[in-house]
Amino acid sequence: MEFQIDKVAELARLNLKPGEKSKLEKDLGAILDYAQKLNTLDTGSVEPTSHVLNLENVFRADEVKTSNAAEKALEHAPHRDGDFFKVPKIVQRD
Amino acid sequence: MTDLCRLTLKEATDLAKQDGAQSLLNAFSKRAQALNPKVNAFLRFDPAKIEASVNKAPLCGVPVSIKDNICIDGREVTCASRILAGHVAPYDATVIEKLKAAGATLFGQCNMDEFAFGSSCETSAIGPCKHPWDLARVPGGSSGGSAAAVAADMTLAALGSDTGGSIRQPAALCGVVGLKPTYGRVSRYGLIAFGSSFDQIGPITKTVEDAAILTNILSGHDPKDSTSAPRSVPDFTQALKRDVKGLRIGLPKEYFIEGIDPEVEKSVRQAADLYKKLGATVQTISLPHTEYSVAVYYIVAVAEASSNLGRFDGVEYGLRVPAKELREMYFETRDQGFGQEAKRRILLGTFVLSAGYYEAYYLKGQKVRTLIRQDFEKAFREVDVILSPTSPTPAFKIGEKTADPLAMYLSDIFTIPANHAGIPAMSVPCGFTASGLPIGMQLMARPFEEAALFRAGYAFEQETGIYKKKPTL
Repeated sequence: MEFQIDKVAELARLNLKPGEKSKLEKDLGAILDYAQKLNTLDTGSVEPTSHVLNLENVFRADEVKTSNAAEKALEHAPHRDGDFFKVPKIVQRD
Repeated sequence: MTDLCRLTLKEATDLAKQDGAQSLLNAFSKRAQALNPKVNAFLRFDPAKIEASVNKAPLCGVPVSIKDNICIDGREVTCASRILAGHVAPYDATVIEKLKAAGATLFGQCNMDEFAFGSSCETSAIGPCKHPWDLARVPGGSSGGSAAAVAADMTLAALGSDTGGSIRQPAALCGVVGLKPTYGRVSRYGLIAFGSSFDQIGPITKTVEDAAILTNILSGHDPKDSTSAPRSVPDFTQALKRDVKGLRIGLPKEYFIEGIDPEVEKSVRQAADLYKKLGATVQTISLPHTEYSVAVYYIVAVAEASSNLGRFDGVEYGLRVPAKELREMYFETRDQGFGQEAKRRILLGTFVLSAGYYEAYYLKGQKVRTLIRQDFEKAFREVDVILSPTSPTPAFKIGEKTADPLAMYLSDIFTIPANHAGIPAMSVPCGFTASGLPIGMQLMARPFEEAALFRAGYAFEQETGIYKKKPTL
């Protein structure tokens, strides 16, 4: 199967180096070909498994607790400005 | 004087109870310093900072090492990836809190396949870990550093994580014990996620007894992990009784197929014969959807992986490649931060979740996953434990499978099904090839019946004493 690598890389927000594209395209095509074997199974009446434990609606009490998580998270920011993560410009002016 | 590094976790804690752990830590520091340049099992370990506290907790300060995808407060954690190089974890994983409370000294941080994507430890951005029994071979993966460090007596025990066999396969290849507990038995809080409906943390140890001791410490419900099971935890050491009389063992015929190494098959069949001799019953069973396991895994697990790795974008932590605008920063950071295998899986996962392909791949995969689970449910009506090879082959050569991803993926064919079904599974050393490479057998049990694995594994281990044989390094 042909793998449209440019389109998928765009969706995955991933630049690829020119040298690695054709190998990845070939590998991914081969893996998808292998996955075709699932089509030999009739799964019309089978429920999908999204999770193996039959847990439902795991809630916790909505309690206020003190936490320094926000400050600790900001300590690891590649670029911080006060209490914010700083990023490059999002909207470019024409 | 006995070589302290050769002790089991049980023996070492007994010793440390009397004399403290400092002499043990000194011995392991010395050995790890000498061997790590050869084996590359540890990404980080700082002998200067290793000191034993006066410690009355159960593990008495003895050294336990940690796969580098588990967060330790204040220490670097990288998943062996460039995208996390230099990242310092801001909190302890729940398993780390538990180990600290139990008195363990957190020793080395172990090499691994990048983001746990691999079966050989070759995708590590820091360079491959080597097999302690043959340095030209891979230790298996993804928890290759954890397994190699235990096998080389560079640590008493280690933690790994297992999404499709990443604890059991390297344990088998290196000749040590590796347990993937039931999904939900051990909290995943603080484990950097790969496939969230598969991932489990578990111990890699020298003996089954050591695995039971650590599983007691690691297990239990955690409010911080909504997928952890609200169930009580038995004392697993109670299962170490050296008695398998009446235990019903199944050999799945789909696990003894063409392509399996004849020496591996022979060794596992001999283990089955030994169980019979010890009073267990052994019967052939069928898990008919086994052959679809790898295909399902490389759809469903990579879909989860591509979603989990979406967070690595240069904004909040880790690598950021500077760029003029945000979009370019995302694309360039991810290009330069991720290695080939991570890119391959991100692309594949993105594809199977994308509009127009979701139903044909992802949903289909989830449905076949149900069929694989049902195979196990049926089989466990007839047997208590399933016995199989852990890996179809012993350790392969470095570079042997890197060019062909599919061949690499198929090396997990016997370990992946337990992750699909969420059941506990353990690899136990069962013999050696003629050329001296370890062989592992896999035991699988019903959900939350790890005790059955410890019972079966311990009886075999005590009867054969295989764990006493060590590599020459």
